[in-house]
Amino acid sequence: MRLRFEVKNHSLEQYQYSLRLSVATGFILLCFVVLLGRFFYLQLWKYDYFQTLAENNRVSLVPIVPNRGLILDRNGVTLAHNFFVYTLEITPAKAGDVEETINKISQFIEVSAEDRKRFKKLRQESHSFESVPIRTHLNEVEAAKFAANRYQFPGVEIRSRLFRHYPLGNLGVHMIGYIGRINEADVKALEKSGDVSNYKGSDHIGKGGIEQYYERELHGTTGFQQVEIDADGQAVRVLSSTPPIPGDNLVLSIDSKMQEIAEKAFENHRGAMVAINPKNGEILSYVSMPTFDPNLFVDGIDADTWKTLNGSLDKPLINRPIRGIYPPGSTFKPFVAMAGLQNGKRLPPFSIGDQGFYTLAGSAHQYRDWKPGGHGQVDMQRAITVSCDTFFYGLALEMGIDNLTSFVSHFGFGKKTGIDLVGEIGGLLPTPEWKWRRWKQRWFPGETVIVGIGQGYTLVTPLQLAQATAVLANNGVAMQPHLVSSIQKHNGAETHLMPITKLDEVPLDQRNIEIVRAGMVDVTKPGGTAASVGAGASYNIAAKTGTAQVVGIKQGAKYNAGSIDERHRDHALFIAYAPAEDPKIAVAVIVENGGHGGSAAGPIARKVMDYYLLGKEPSLANDAGKKAEPPIPEDAPHD
Amino acid sequence: MISKILERLKTHIDPFLMGCISFSCIVGLFVLYSASGGSFERVFSQFLNISAALMIMWLAANTSPHYLERIALPLFVIGLLLLVGVALFGEISHGARRWLNLGIGRIQPSELMKIAVPMMLAWYFAKREQSLRWIDYAVAALLLVIPVGLIMKQPDLGTALIIAAAGFYVLFLAGLSWKILIGGAVSAAVMAPIFWSLMHDYQRKRIEILFDPYQDPLGAGYHTIQASIALGSGGIAGKGWMEGTQSQLDFLPERTTDFIFAVFGEEFGFLGNLLLLVLFMLLIGRGLVISSQAQNTFTRLLSGSITLTFFTYVFVNMGMVSGVLPVVGVPLPFVSYGGTSLVTILLGFGILMSIHTHKTLMSTS
Repeated sequence: MRLRFEVKNHSLEQYQYSLRLSVATGFILLCFVVLLGRFFYLQLWKYDYFQTLAENNRVSLVPIVPNRGLILDRNGVTLAHNFFVYTLEITPAKAGDVEETINKISQFIEVSAEDRKRFKKLRQESHSFESVPIRTHLNEVEAAKFAANRYQFPGVEIRSRLFRHYPLGNLGVHMIGYIGRINEADVKALEKSGDVSNYKGSDHIGKGGIEQYYERELHGTTGFQQVEIDADGQAVRVLSSTPPIPGDNLVLSIDSKMQEIAEKAFENHRGAMVAINPKNGEILSYVSMPTFDPNLFVDGIDADTWKTLNGSLDKPLINRPIRGIYPPGSTFKPFVAMAGLQNGKRLPPFSIGDQGFYTLAGSAHQYRDWKPGGHGQVDMQRAITVSCDTFFYGLALEMGIDNLTSFVSHFGFGKKTGIDLVGEIGGLLPTPEWKWRRWKQRWFPGETVIVGIGQGYTLVTPLQLAQATAVLANNGVAMQPHLVSSIQKHNGAETHLMPITKLDEVPLDQRNIEIVRAGMVDVTKPGGTAASVGAGASYNIAAKTGTAQVVGIKQGAKYNAGSIDERHRDHALFIAYAPAEDPKIAVAVIVENGGHGGSAAGPIARKVMDYYLLGKEPSLANDAGKKAEPPIPEDAPHD
Repeated sequence: MISKILERLKTHIDPFLMGCISFSCIVGLFVLYSASGGSFERVFSQFLNISAALMIMWLAANTSPHYLERIALPLFVIGLLLLVGVALFGEISHGARRWLNLGIGRIQPSELMKIAVPMMLAWYFAKREQSLRWIDYAVAALLLVIPVGLIMKQPDLGTALIIAAAGFYVLFLAGLSWKILIGGAVSAAVMAPIFWSLMHDYQRKRIEILFDPYQDPLGAGYHTIQASIALGSGGIAGKGWMEGTQSQLDFLPERTTDFIFAVFGEEFGFLGNLLLLVLFMLLIGRGLVISSQAQNTFTRLLSGSITLTFFTYVFVNMGMVSGVLPVVGVPLPFVSYGGTSLVTILLGFGILMSIHTHKTLMSTS
């Protein structure tokens, strides 16, 4: 009985549940019918209406791209600016047969094979309803011609777009940088920094140099307009508008005239030069040779030109002052000298009798001086002047590698200078710990010996070398090197000076400063390794030459520039500051495979200093004369 | 060996549901790729969400309904405490207090309640089934109103609506009298003005806009108008994948999340919508079959409620995008970007599979 009741109850419950479930199912079906009805209404019944709405009467939020800030030199000469150009653009979705359209356009306006190639590439990257430029830089006549025949070309329109232009072309390209089309990596970076919305409508972004480092300042704030748009994508009516805020203008400490003189002075050599005002860290010129034209990148560089640039043995794309690393060679000696003197070593009247080589106790290996037979009796001052290797071998060993590196690191060696550019390399100041970490090898005394003349593992960037020279010129006070000296906000209405900051200071004894300076001044006097550089100068130049080996030379063999392939020749280095008594400019020059520092790199520094200190521009006649000048006997082939 | 592992893996997986779910997820990924403007990163991140949610589904499918019945009460109590915690110490983001920071990470307790509430109510009715009286419905209603009220206060209208529906379905399936149902509907009509005054401004606006979106075409009505244009201009076969002008040109707001259906409808048209509806109907139909075959009150009510809740997601989302319902933050299952709702939905399907596959085991034991 009880069982029967339960079964009955169970089935009743089951029945009741099924009923409820059926009601729910009915409700669900009803709802889906409502949805389907709505879809039918929207997508089939009112399709034409919504189609028209979507195509002809889009209410759209249109970004207004701000004007990118200008880049100016210290005298207000424009290095980068913008201008409007007419472009002819096709919207593939509206144009019908695109090939046919282009052919028809070319009857009115010239369309080159490159234009077609670029159009093809850009078209692949965009949606069919986005307009893609087929021709840029239309002139007034071409624009008028097309406008008159516009009715023949549905989906083709003339637009005016803002283009970036670098009026001085190649000049200072590594420093100024360039802008290029925003790529996927850029988008990711923007997403990370949360700036994506500010780049709605922007096609370009800074890709190197100042353009990249100061992207935020230069770009400005994008404005927005709510507009009604017709079937041709033309704005019919503005509903509301937030104006954009233009980017800030940047004023560099560079003098474009001086930059031009410096770049010309390199002739067709590869290399780098940096000039700094030692008192405030302003970069006065920033040269990386060879150069290239940044204007090539703005419009989207074509594949062939890119391959040529990127594949060139001369590596024009490398930003040498911050990314080229070179052994400092003998330009390292003044810093080693200062380290020695500050450590109480080799103070006057100490001198050595140089026989042309140095040996470690218990070893037969000869560390040779560049001058066979040696320099005779040399003290510290003369060791700098004649670049006596033997003198510095012994000094480095006696000081020890740790003392030496910890002292010279105050001049900025082995670390980034923190200049306002992206991608700086820190160079290398080797220590036993570094060697152990890097190679799992012990440090040998012989390695300390060659660090004394800037060889071995030591590596510097041209910027570091210039900065170290500036610190030396500024009596041990390191100023932050920087390219941008002021930022003009709101189209120049307000100017913010960039702060001048002290990076580091190493206390130096005045007497030691005098000794090193005297040695360096004598470098550019008769008997010094760069006597020709100082010839006829109305101010004193404190300098040091250097040579960095590209290929090792065997013991006992002789370096002969003539017999070696040009690319295996030594790099020529030269550092200088002037006037020696009250330094206003510090310079470092590296001429790749230039041979000797005094003759290859020195004259470049001299031209720059002459212009900066005296306002003297190198005349053509002078240039011709320089080439004919016979080498001075003291300018020996090695150092 | 491998076949054994495979066998073990799929013992509790319902092949029909699994097939429909997989297909929906793949469709979802394609739509997401288009809606995000071709962001592979977004698609990959959603793929990870799906993978995680599928694992949770598998775990749920392998958990016996007996066990679910046992944890129903503690789970509900914990969820309720967390909701109170949110109300007191919750973190505010985008103007709503929904998150609770537990030190190890942020959680959204309202999401947990989407499962905990129907479990609790099903447990309650199963417990009281021998002596069910009207007071039990009142208690159940109270158990439902408290969490829903707390979530509405956050405010999170979308989640509150889903939970209210999930709980209501349990009451309805448990046999809530027709008199009360009809009476409730009538009194709701009467109470409407009172609710109206209690609502947030933005919620009120949404309902107003539903009736007349052109009242504020660039503000609150913008979503509805643009979504309608997107759907309507899709026509019968759609504009093609990645070619929707409304979606690709930034006209559609929230187009990877709540409004992704507009992207789908624009690019695949009426036929695409029909296909998607059929797919969802198959899932719902299977859920109803499982529920009708369930063997005890707890599993029956729970599976019924889960299925009907899934239907609610679909209907509310498609309804709001196509303009027949007000804009409420409810995602489209398997298609909208986001991991939280996906986990909840697949957890529900895991429970359905568990109820179905543990059935025979119970009757033989």
